[in-house]
Amino acid sequence: MSRKSTVNFSNNVDLNQKLAKRRWKSQVGRFFFRMTLIASLLALLMLAYNILNRAFTTVAIEDTVNPTELSEIPLAELEKAELLLILGDYLSSNQLRILIFERILGAPREDWSDLNTQTLSAIIEVGQYPEDWGTMLVSELEPQQILALLGQGLSQELLVSIVEEKVVEERVVQVWTLTETVFNWQGIEAQVATLYPTTRLEFRFWLNTDFLMTAMHSQPELSGLRTAILGSLWLMTITAAFAFPVGVSAALYLEEYAADTPMNRIIQLNIANLAGVPSIIYGILGLIVFVRAMGFLTNGRTILSAGLTLGLLILPIIIISTQEAIRAVPTSLRQASYGMGATRWQMIYTVLFPKALPGILTGTILSLSRAFGETAPLIVVGSITRITADPQGPLSRFTAIPIQIYTWTAQPQDAFRSAAAAAILVLVVTLLVFNSVAIILRNRYS
Amino acid sequence: MIIQITHKLRIIRMQHNKKKPNLFKTYRLGEEFIRVFLFLCATISIITTLSIVFILGKESFLLFTTVYETQGGNASAQISLLGFFTDIVWQPAILRVGIWPLLTSTLVISFIAILVALPIGLGAAAYLSEYATPRTRRILKPSLELLAGIPTVVYGYFALTFVTPLLQTIFGKSTFGVYNMASAGIVMGIMIIPLIASLSEDALHAVPQSLREAAYGLGATDFEVTTQVIFPAAFSGIVAAFTLAVSRAIGETMIVAIAAGAGPNLTLDPRQAAETMTGYIARISTGDLSYNTLDYNSIFALAFMLFIFTFTLNLISSYVARRYREVYE
Repeated sequence: MSRKSTVNFSNNVDLNQKLAKRRWKSQVGRFFFRMTLIASLLALLMLAYNILNRAFTTVAIEDTVNPTELSEIPLAELEKAELLLILGDYLSSNQLRILIFERILGAPREDWSDLNTQTLSAIIEVGQYPEDWGTMLVSELEPQQILALLGQGLSQELLVSIVEEKVVEERVVQVWTLTETVFNWQGIEAQVATLYPTTRLEFRFWLNTDFLMTAMHSQPELSGLRTAILGSLWLMTITAAFAFPVGVSAALYLEEYAADTPMNRIIQLNIANLAGVPSIIYGILGLIVFVRAMGFLTNGRTILSAGLTLGLLILPIIIISTQEAIRAVPTSLRQASYGMGATRWQMIYTVLFPKALPGILTGTILSLSRAFGETAPLIVVGSITRITADPQGPLSRFTAIPIQIYTWTAQPQDAFRSAAAAAILVLVVTLLVFNSVAIILRNRYS
Repeated sequence: MIIQITHKLRIIRMQHNKKKPNLFKTYRLGEEFIRVFLFLCATISIITTLSIVFILGKESFLLFTTVYETQGGNASAQISLLGFFTDIVWQPAILRVGIWPLLTSTLVISFIAILVALPIGLGAAAYLSEYATPRTRRILKPSLELLAGIPTVVYGYFALTFVTPLLQTIFGKSTFGVYNMASAGIVMGIMIIPLIASLSEDALHAVPQSLREAAYGLGATDFEVTTQVIFPAAFSGIVAAFTLAVSRAIGETMIVAIAAGAGPNLTLDPRQAAETMTGYIARISTGDLSYNTLDYNSIFALAFMLFIFTFTLNLISSYVARRYREVYE
C-alpha cells in the first residue's frame, strides 16, 4: 500500500487504477500457475493414497468348514494318516486326482485332461507306488489308492496346507479399505454382526510373503504374484539382451561413423518418430513377426516373442539416450586417441565406450523400467493369466506383473482389487529402485 | 632371365614396402566388418518402421478382400473400404465394421485429456521456469517426472477405483456408470501432464534472458512477461508439446481398456461408456479368437489407422519444433 502512495500521478487517476488492475492480474496469474503445479502433485498423492488404501484392508473371513469340527487338536499337529482321512472325507475322487497333478507333478491346468488318460508308470517315478499299479490308468484309480499316493508323495506340512486350502477353505467375504478401517470401525463391526455373523475380522496387508511366493489362483486371497514376477524377470533378461547391444551399436554408428547423408538423416528422424509410436502397435508387430512368422524359432506366444517385442519397443529410447551419452564425451579425448595411432574401433573400445558407459547404463536402466511396466504389447503378443507353473525358460508361456494387475483390476470383486493394489506396490517399488540406481549412476560418474 | 629379373624386382619391392608402410590406404578387414555391423544395427529402426507399414497394410488389405460369414453362416459379405470409413455401426457379428463409434470415443477421451493436461502442464511449466526458485525447482521437477514414470496400467487402476467412484459421489451413480469416458479422459490427462510440462518447460527455458529483462525493464509484471513475451517466444515448442500429447492420448491403451468400458458406442457424451480403437484391439487380443475372423482381422485395420494418426502427429511435432523455432543470437 505504501508503495502505491509514492506513485502520485495527481492528474491521471486512470493510470493508478490500471496499475492496480495489472498488479491484481499478476497476483491471480501467479496463484494459477502455482495451483497447476500443486494440482499435479496432488494427483500423484491421490494415486499413492488410493493404492495404499486398498493394499491395507480389513477383511471378513469365513471358514467353509470349521477346523474344530475336523479335529480336537490344531491341524498342524495331526499325523499324516489323519490328514489323509480328512481329505478322503471331504474331497471327491476327481478333486483328489487333481491334487496329484497339481501338487506332486506341478502340471499346468491345460495338461490335466491329458494326464488323466495316461498310465501311472508314465507320470510318476517308480518306487513311489506299489508295482502292480503301474499299468493302471490315472482315471481308474480308487480314492483310497490316490490317498496312498498323496501320502507317499507329500510331506506333512504340505498336507496341512492342502487341508487348510481345500477343506477349511478360508474365504474373504468382504473387504474394507484402510480409510474405512480407521474412521468407521464401529460401522464395520455392526455390518459384520448383522450380515455375516459367522465370520471373523482380520487386518490384512495384501503384499505379504505368501503373495510373493505363491502362484495365481481363482480365489483372490490365495492368489500370488510368483509366476508373474518370474515372468517379468525373464522378459527383462531377454529384452535387455536384445536391445542393449543393438541399441548401443546403432548409436555408435550414428554418432561416430555416419556422415551427414540423407540416408543417415532419415534413420535419425525415424528413430525419433519410432519413440512416439503407441506401444500396442509394437504388440501387433510382435504378434505377426515373432509369434506367427518366426513361430518355429520362438515357439509362438512365449517369453522370447514378448521379450523381443519389448526390445523393439525400447530400442529407440536406448539409441537416443546412448547418443546423448556419447556426445557428452569431449572431442579432445577422441583426438588424443587418434593422435596415438588408434584406429576408429580402438578409439571407441578403449576411450569412448568406458567414458560413456555410466550414461549409457543410466539410459538403458530407464528404458528397461519403461518396458517393465508395459502392458499393452504383452496383451497383444499373448501372455496368459491362468498360469500356475513357473516359466521354465524363454520358450515357455508366461504372465507378467502388469498383466496380473490388469486381469485382477478387471475382476468385479473388491478382494481382487486389493490383490491388484499389492501387485502395483511390487511394480512401483521395483521401478523406484531402478530409477534410484540410474540416478546414483548418473550422479556418481558424470 | 626375365623371370629372374622380375623375381629380384619383387624382392626389392617387398623390402621397400617393409621399410615404408603405406599409411594412407590400409585396408583393415576387422574395422570394416565392425562398421558394417554397426550400420546394420542402425538400420533396424528403418526395418521396424517399414515392417510396421508393410504388415499393417497387408493385413488391412486382407480385411477388405476376404469374404466373411456370420456365425450361423446365414449371410456373407465383403467389407468395403467406403463402409469402413462411413458406417456408423461397429458390430463384426453382423458384418458391419464402421470406424466411427470407435473413432468418436477415441477423440472424446483425447479431448478431455488435453483439456485437463494442457492448462495444468503449461501452468506447471511456467511456474517452474519463470517463478520457482532454483531450490523449489530442484525438488518439484523430479516429482513431476515421477508422474511420468508410472506405468499406464496403474493409471487405469486409479481411474477405475478412484476417479470413477469420486465422479459417482459428486454427480450421482445414475449419471456416471462404472465405466465412462470422463474418468478415463481425466486420468489420461494426468498421465500426459508431465509430458506437456517438461517439453514446454524446455521451450520456455530456451527463451533468452535478455527478452525477460527487456520486458521487466519496461515495467511489465511477471504475469505479463510470462504470457505476453515468453509464451509467444516459445510458441513453437508449446505447439510441438501439444501435438505430441495428442498423439500419446490417441495411442494410449491401458487406461481406456480398464476404465472406458468394453463395447463400441457412438456417442459424444463423456458420462457414457464407449470403447476406443486401442481398447478394442486390447479386448480382442485378450480373448482366444481364432485367426481369420472378422473381429480378429479388423484390429489390423484399426492399428493401421492408429499408426497413421500418431506417426503423422509425431512428424508434425518434430517439424514444428524445428521449422518455427525462433533463433536468438
